[in-house]
Amino acid sequence: MSEPRTLLAIDHVSKNFGRVTAVDGISLDIRENEFFALLGPSGCGKTTLLRMLAGFETPNDGRILLDGRDIAKTPPNKRPVNLMFQSYALFPHMSVRANVSYGLEMERLPAAEIRSRVDAILATTELVPFADRKPEQLSGGQKQRVALARALVKRPRLLLLDEPLGALDKKLRGAMQLELKRLQHEVGITFVIVTHDQEESLVMADRMAVLKDGRLLQCDTPHAIYEHPADRFVADFIGVMNFVPGQAAADGVVATNGARISGKVPATLSPGASAVASVRPERIRLFPSVETANRITGTVDALAYHGLDLQLHVRTPLSPKPFLVRVTADAADRRPVSSGDQVELGWDAADVRIFAE
Amino acid sequence: MAERSPGTRRTLWFVLSLVFAFLYIPIAVLVALSFNEGGLPTAWSGFSLKWYASLAGNSAILSAALNTLIVALVSTAIATLLGTLLAIGIEMRRQYGKALEALIFAPMIIPDIVLAIALLSFFSMLNLTMGLHTIILAHVVFNLAFVCSVVRARLKSFDWSIVEASADLGASALTTFRRVTLPVIAPAVIAGALLAFTLSVDEFIIAFFTAGAGRASTTLPMQIYAMIRFGITPEINALATIVMAVSITALTLSQRLNRGIIGQ
Amino acid sequence: MAPALAWLAALMVVPCALVLALAFFRRGIYGGIEYTFTLENFGLVFDPLYAGIFLNSARIAGTATLIAVVIGYAAAYAISAAPRRWQPVFLFFAVLPFWSNYLIRTYAWIVLLNREGLITQLLRWFGYTGEPPSMLYTEGAVIAGLVYNYLPFVILACYAPLSRLNPELAEASRDLGASAATTFRRVVLPLTVPGIAAGAVFVFVLSIGNFVTPALLGGGRFQMIGNLVYDQFLTANDWPFGAALAMALIAIMLLVLTAQALAANRASGHVTQAGGNTDG
Repeated sequence: MSEPRTLLAIDHVSKNFGRVTAVDGISLDIRENEFFALLGPSGCGKTTLLRMLAGFETPNDGRILLDGRDIAKTPPNKRPVNLMFQSYALFPHMSVRANVSYGLEMERLPAAEIRSRVDAILATTELVPFADRKPEQLSGGQKQRVALARALVKRPRLLLLDEPLGALDKKLRGAMQLELKRLQHEVGITFVIVTHDQEESLVMADRMAVLKDGRLLQCDTPHAIYEHPADRFVADFIGVMNFVPGQAAADGVVATNGARISGKVPATLSPGASAVASVRPERIRLFPSVETANRITGTVDALAYHGLDLQLHVRTPLSPKPFLVRVTADAADRRPVSSGDQVELGWDAADVRIFAE
Repeated sequence: MAERSPGTRRTLWFVLSLVFAFLYIPIAVLVALSFNEGGLPTAWSGFSLKWYASLAGNSAILSAALNTLIVALVSTAIATLLGTLLAIGIEMRRQYGKALEALIFAPMIIPDIVLAIALLSFFSMLNLTMGLHTIILAHVVFNLAFVCSVVRARLKSFDWSIVEASADLGASALTTFRRVTLPVIAPAVIAGALLAFTLSVDEFIIAFFTAGAGRASTTLPMQIYAMIRFGITPEINALATIVMAVSITALTLSQRLNRGIIGQ
Repeated sequence: MAPALAWLAALMVVPCALVLALAFFRRGIYGGIEYTFTLENFGLVFDPLYAGIFLNSARIAGTATLIAVVIGYAAAYAISAAPRRWQPVFLFFAVLPFWSNYLIRTYAWIVLLNREGLITQLLRWFGYTGEPPSMLYTEGAVIAGLVYNYLPFVILACYAPLSRLNPELAEASRDLGASAATTFRRVVLPLTVPGIAAGAVFVFVLSIGNFVTPALLGGGRFQMIGNLVYDQFLTANDWPFGAALAMALIAIMLLVLTAQALAANRASGHVTQAGGNTDG
């Protein structure tokens, strides 16, 4: 298998504003034609990193290599990189067509070429009927598509998207996630998206980077990050996770009530150290029919329906917080449970992840 | 733009410094000269308060100052009362007729000279003897408009459901006004009054036309105008400094009370 | 509401209507008014002598407006680019002189431009020995006075849309390949035109009807419409003609305001909100 070509290399990049360090020595490679997500809570430095890629901030340290050329000090209007702004930043005094043409006019292309390229991108983004409207006459989803068309029409090497779906309502967001994926595939441009929504990056990204306090915690495919989070923060931030606090032992964690949770202990964790064992809700079996390494009895606190599956809150002696257990509707039908019921939970040692606390 | 080049930043600071120099040097020169012993703009001959002292002994100026104070206080009182009621009336009923808006907006934009001759023609047609009372009548016209617009700005963000809440809790209309509406809009009312007071103290042309003959109803701006026409005397510098200090203090107070008239 | 509206009706609407009516009467032989209908007062407004004064006033007001808008916009831009917490402070001090007495602010320029004023002193200090330049009682002095008096308002009017401008719009323009100058010309300027228009209309309207500044800084040599109206009422005693002049002044004002409103309407609904505060 040949290694995909690296398009953008972020090399030990740091940025501080006065005494605040926003980005702290981050190194990342972004590959040609991939959909890459920068994920993290607000204030993690993802937006600053994105603005450095666009050229609106200059790193204090490190290099940003695009096709091997350092662009860290190139002004934004001189880079083959375009940004889709969080607020969309559509020019309110220009029509949709004028907004989309603007970037090509800056390249001083012949009018005929501008026209045909704008027509083509308006067709791709299904904006032809709105070409003569002003931004204020558009819906949120339409504005988002104009912002996308305006950036894409320049055929950048790299398209940056700052929380592109943040301003849309939930239903539209789901549709646009797929739409963005389709478009990225169609135009063959590398996308880098910034988001604080872990679900969004799991759905869309080929690979993603999790950032916190200006540092890179983990960079991998969504699947790898979901299944093998690098630390407790990532485990908690991505998806839903049940945590059992305790102390590390040779083959697991001893919970505060003395119960033992079996699982693979990382080599860095010496016995006796504070640790947490964790397990995903969908890995927990209700009334397990087969032998499982871990088993506990608890009381159902609450139930919540999520369409096809059911989420149980189960109080156990393992942790002060109730366990979240995901049960398919099928399983729930076979053996109905209700609030107050005693239930038995079980999960395999292979599904347990153990982190330093 | 998040980052500006040092060159751009320097240019911007340079522009600001020039503009502030343009705005403040003329005033600063005036204030400095008011403390100049010799009183001539030609040379500084030492610090002195003698021009302030000579003001205190100038009976024409003192009586003009008294007239101005009377005009400003009375016209401000009337305008504040009427303007506030007008603002509440408009905002409560939310009737924004075009004609009504024009009527309230007009006194703020009609050239002073036009309103001045209009009132002069009107008063003389009625054969009214002109004096301080006619100046007051005239000043209320524009003061009322300004008070109304300041109070309306505050009322735009006023939550009328608290008036209904007060009524629901058993308060009469009058009690509601006194204990709910008024306390909320009080800062705007006071700000409007201070604005009106300052405008009235400074107003020249309308007063000039509606004061009638004779020195008895000369106001301070009329006195200043006459002194300027007569020639530069160091006394004007001192008088100007005092007048500026008074109006700037009143306006600063008004601004503090009602963030938004000046700095929005 | 009623007392306030009655006050405005009695002391503004009726007097103004009276002036309008006056303009249609004939001047009495010894001053005073002869109550016969005539249009000759309006005819007189277009007499070359008076039409010239109108054009002169328009030119002086126009020049003052242009200068005030250029300086005011630059200042407003610089303030809007300053650190956020300093902006209200700068704005406050930019507007503060506006609230001191108009006569005094005008008088300050007499002190500056006087034959022995500060500017002459400065020239002397730099080694100039000739005749003091005559700066006072010139058209330039009148324009300087008007610009000085109304500049704060222009700064305020231009600052409003500049500070409300989403900074991401300028960034988007840079991102799409535009230089700083192109960004200013094609994005920032068009979006802040309403502020410029509000400021310009204000300066123009107040300048063209101005009486004090031409009287004090022009020394009566540079007659503007305001002075002409003043003369008809207080010196020449030709009230009907004065009234006609006043009406012409109002007509010009309404024309300018209408033009501004139309322009604002055309520049799409979005931009009109940036009209600024016209209280002055």
